[in-house]
Amino acid sequence: MAKQGNSDAFVAFERVQKSYDGENLVVKDLNLTMPKGEFLTMLGPSGSGKTTCLMMLAGFETATHGDILLDGVSINNIPPHKRGIGMVFQNYALFPHMTIAENLAFPLEVRKMGKSERDEKVKRALDMVQMGAFGGRRPSQLSGGQQQRVALARALVFEPELVLMDEPLGALDKQLREHMQFEITRLAHELGITTVYVTHDQTEALTMSDRVAVFNDGRIQQLDPPSVLYEKPQNSFVAQFIGENNTLEGVVTEISGDTCVVRLDDGEELDATPVNVTKVGERTRVSIRPERVEFNKDRLKEGAHTLKAEVLEFIYMGDIFRTRLRVAGNEDFIIKTRNAPDQVRLEPGAQIEIGWLPEDCRALDAS
Amino acid sequence: MSLPTYATTGQRIWYYTFRVLCGLIFFFLIAPIAVVIPLSFNAQDFFTFTPEMLRLDPDGFSLKHYRDFFGNPDWQQALGNSVKIAPVATIISVSLGTLAAIGLSQPHVPARRAIMAILISPMIVPLIISAAGMYFFYSKIGLSGTYWGVVLAHAALGIPFVIITVTATLVGFDHSLTRAAANMGADPVTTFFKVQMPLILPGVISGGLFAFITSFDEVVVVIFVGSAKQQTLPWQMFTGLREQISPTILAVATILVVISIALLATVELLRRRSERLRGMSPG
Repeated sequence: MAKQGNSDAFVAFERVQKSYDGENLVVKDLNLTMPKGEFLTMLGPSGSGKTTCLMMLAGFETATHGDILLDGVSINNIPPHKRGIGMVFQNYALFPHMTIAENLAFPLEVRKMGKSERDEKVKRALDMVQMGAFGGRRPSQLSGGQQQRVALARALVFEPELVLMDEPLGALDKQLREHMQFEITRLAHELGITTVYVTHDQTEALTMSDRVAVFNDGRIQQLDPPSVLYEKPQNSFVAQFIGENNTLEGVVTEISGDTCVVRLDDGEELDATPVNVTKVGERTRVSIRPERVEFNKDRLKEGAHTLKAEVLEFIYMGDIFRTRLRVAGNEDFIIKTRNAPDQVRLEPGAQIEIGWLPEDCRALDAS
Repeated sequence: MSLPTYATTGQRIWYYTFRVLCGLIFFFLIAPIAVVIPLSFNAQDFFTFTPEMLRLDPDGFSLKHYRDFFGNPDWQQALGNSVKIAPVATIISVSLGTLAAIGLSQPHVPARRAIMAILISPMIVPLIISAAGMYFFYSKIGLSGTYWGVVLAHAALGIPFVIITVTATLVGFDHSLTRAAANMGADPVTTFFKVQMPLILPGVISGGLFAFITSFDEVVVVIFVGSAKQQTLPWQMFTGLREQISPTILAVATILVVISIALLATVELLRRRSERLRGMSPG
């Protein structure tokens, strides 16, 4: 079954299925190809199958059906220790009985590398993550962020072409996490390694990746670069899962080319882009990002539909204002506006009209 | 823990009663051992304190029983047998017990509890029953009255201790460490010796210590399974008590107590040192 599919695919999943109990599929028909050097994130809620996919790639789980190819060769029957894939574990998995330098030397030692070459590589890897001074310490003497760096260096020290990361930043505080996000992407791109990164944190996925695969219910819901994922979600799940999102439910009353009109359940109408609705009369859930809602009528297109809204709450957040509205019965309709000098601060109780560009409002499946 | 100022009379009374009770329990446990030690320096062949000893007269004390122990060929042979049997039985117990504990800690092994219960059973079944069973079984397969018969019987008695202590250390063992090792290219055998073994070593050592002491102290099974050629120290003490009533056994008892304390102290110190070195706190 080797050698098929895309020739430029470095990592490929072909019709992969996984079941732990022989009945329920945790991963259902997964197809995915990654070119060399790509940083791909598997994003999804817990139980969506993303970690299982990573474990199958690392070799700690076997696929029930289908093939996993690495550089064109099926690796289904290769044990984990012969795959040569680097991995950063969620809890770092540093060996507590070894010093930092010994931890890094471990993968080189099992490859029977000479001592001088080993020391050289360990030193370079530690310097790469700015941990050069800590080689003689033990993992328990380091902070979480430092352990994280060491785990990263250990996954890279034997120069694997593919590195897997299983929620590596989950245990760090926010500031450190943001710093490490930057650090990891920088290293991955500098060294040209192919990276598969698993997380349930969508900010992490958006800021770090070349492409993001959104998992739910054992399937990839959408596989796209971050900007496409955020601005053009393909279904309701992706729209809800990535970023903040307002939804309104209604029925499609008119479709003409790349715009459609949706009548909401209270009778009001709005303009939207049809994404996965195809015919008039179909129920739909429209999705609009809080920062794309406009309440200044002058900025809307001539003849654009508007909705009545009542301001319920105004929250000052420093750089932005967050205003909660009641729109068509939905009391959790959020709009975000930038704290600019001329920005209007809406008072609770005010009646306003809101609208948007049809391309910012997407009519998705109603499920 | 000192008594808080708001304690009631009842609590005060209980506070002091509790201390007295604890003291009595300690006394009950330690007194028999503590009495043996001065008695072993008795200058007479008696099992009681002589008037000279009670007066702390130097003439009442002597090392003659120790001299007897080191000079008497019967005792020397018994000591030699114990020293030949216990370490070998310990090595077998530790190897098999550690492997069993690791195997039984894998969640996919079927009937783990049942297997565990069977392996632990020598510790729970009355010794005399195990001994009788081994006697008949070993006679059938020709192990009865042989050195290896006694070693294997003692190994079987020691295995439960190793399984229990190693299982306890494995509970805190992070299995992502073995995955990490595999991921970095280490085959399962290398992973075992380089990663898993060093981390569960404290449990293996204490299990080994218990197994050693079990074999070194054991008298029932060795009488059933062994022959005169395998007469161990405890067996010799048992015979000595019954046939000769010689205070030499007090000297032997004292030596055994000192060895036990020394072993326990050494292992505990080693264990603390290794735990401090590797900073055994979960990441």
